[in-house]
Amino acid sequence: MDTIWIKLLFSLLTIFIVLNYGLLLQGVVRKIGARVGRRYGIRWYQPWIDIIKNYAKRTKITHGIMYYIAPAFRLTGGIGLLLFMPVIYGTDMFSNFSFTGDLLLLLYFQFFGVLGMALGAAEGGHPYSAMGVSRGLAQVTAYELTLTLGIIAIAVQYQTLSITEIVAAQQGGIANWTIITNPLAGIALMLAFLAAMGRSPFDVVIAPQEIPIGPPTEFHSGLLGVLQLNRAIFPAAKLILFMNLLFGGATDWGTLIIKTFLIYMWSVFVGVAFPRFRVDQSIRWYLFIPLIIGVLAVLFMKF
Amino acid sequence: MSKEHTEKRIVYSPDGEPIEIDPIKDYFEGGRPEIRNPRNGIIEKFANWARSESLWILGFGTGCGAIEMRPLMTPRFDAYRFGYQWRPTPRQSSVFVISGYLSVKTLKRVIRSYEQMQNPKFVVALGSCTINGGMYYDSYNTINRLDHYLPVDVYITGCMPRPEALLAGFDHLKRKIKEGRGEGANKYAENFDWYKANQKKIIKDWDIPDYNW
Repeated sequence: MDTIWIKLLFSLLTIFIVLNYGLLLQGVVRKIGARVGRRYGIRWYQPWIDIIKNYAKRTKITHGIMYYIAPAFRLTGGIGLLLFMPVIYGTDMFSNFSFTGDLLLLLYFQFFGVLGMALGAAEGGHPYSAMGVSRGLAQVTAYELTLTLGIIAIAVQYQTLSITEIVAAQQGGIANWTIITNPLAGIALMLAFLAAMGRSPFDVVIAPQEIPIGPPTEFHSGLLGVLQLNRAIFPAAKLILFMNLLFGGATDWGTLIIKTFLIYMWSVFVGVAFPRFRVDQSIRWYLFIPLIIGVLAVLFMKF
Repeated sequence: MSKEHTEKRIVYSPDGEPIEIDPIKDYFEGGRPEIRNPRNGIIEKFANWARSESLWILGFGTGCGAIEMRPLMTPRFDAYRFGYQWRPTPRQSSVFVISGYLSVKTLKRVIRSYEQMQNPKFVVALGSCTINGGMYYDSYNTINRLDHYLPVDVYITGCMPRPEALLAGFDHLKRKIKEGRGEGANKYAENFDWYKANQKKIIKDWDIPDYNW
């Protein structure tokens, strides 16, 4: 009985740390993007102010029940992804609720939030939301193929569906990391990672300059605040997932922050260097080279 | 002016089922704006600080002055460092910059957009045209005093004001919000009938409800 309460407390602590880390990443990365464009950029603590501002709005309007539930769905996707995997390897408490089949569950959580948003945005009634959601779902479906193939290759390699065991198998130096021992799956996953982070070449879905901001067009005040919380937690959780799968996990928070920051830089560098894809372009791109690499990764494991 | 598109009508589904459509009721939501009193003390002060440090500007260039807002996003002026960001949708924005002259046709859209923004919201009027009509003072289709149609928080004079002047104006708005004087939305709700009467005097083809959100 006591352990479950301690576990819950540590889960809340995990969420709190990862949320603030995610917001910090957001601010720092936007600053880096600005510096690349020779601008001074936002203040690093701007994401916190934006969230406080949105919660401090005095009015909000509603379009129906689903409109309220959608941000909660979205946040559930982020928190679920975070809590069902070992954040810090080797500690009981920061392994949270990870279990033997968590790898499959996490694949599901990738999609969960987007579907929730689709329902909420549809009830919002704005045509741009519907357009944004259909674009988002199409793009997620495209990169999900590569992602799943990469994850299957890793599962076959280690003969397990438990992330803890995958991390355990990678301990003992860089030579044991999956990105070295299984480079094909690593490449496939890192290509899928680009779209999963929703940064530049693949950010047409929520880019404010395109079809106005896509799915969250109608969301405002506290509802937008919830979505912003998710936009901090979800990428950070994905970073931790990729770190666990490919880069040997982390045994303490310091290692976690250094590793995830460097992994994030991969998508940031690609983002500031390459212009935005249209959705049809990004789908075509994902269904060609990354998909072939993914299939090869699985075949390579088989034979 | 034809208003057919706003009249009630019956359409038939593929199965022959009649569906009644009332555009005004289906596409808009009527009612009146409500006054939301600010909270007391330190909570409101903190909220006002957050509001003033995170001003989201509605990307709606109403007149020629909009061209002076673009440089604010460039490396030379870079307004992002002061917490200004541009949002594409009125739902999420808190500052409406009326950039220059306002034609009657645009005024209708401006009112709709303004009413869709959530309380608290602020209006910055840019250029002489919003004060007394500027060089369009005797034009047949522009308004002269913006203050008659929307509650304005800050005026920035000039024809057109330079981006530096805009930054100074935004700074003034920040101070105003921090002092708790940025209550334009409540002022609009308080004097709703007066604003509406003024708006309807100018806009002849009024085919939207009095208040859409």
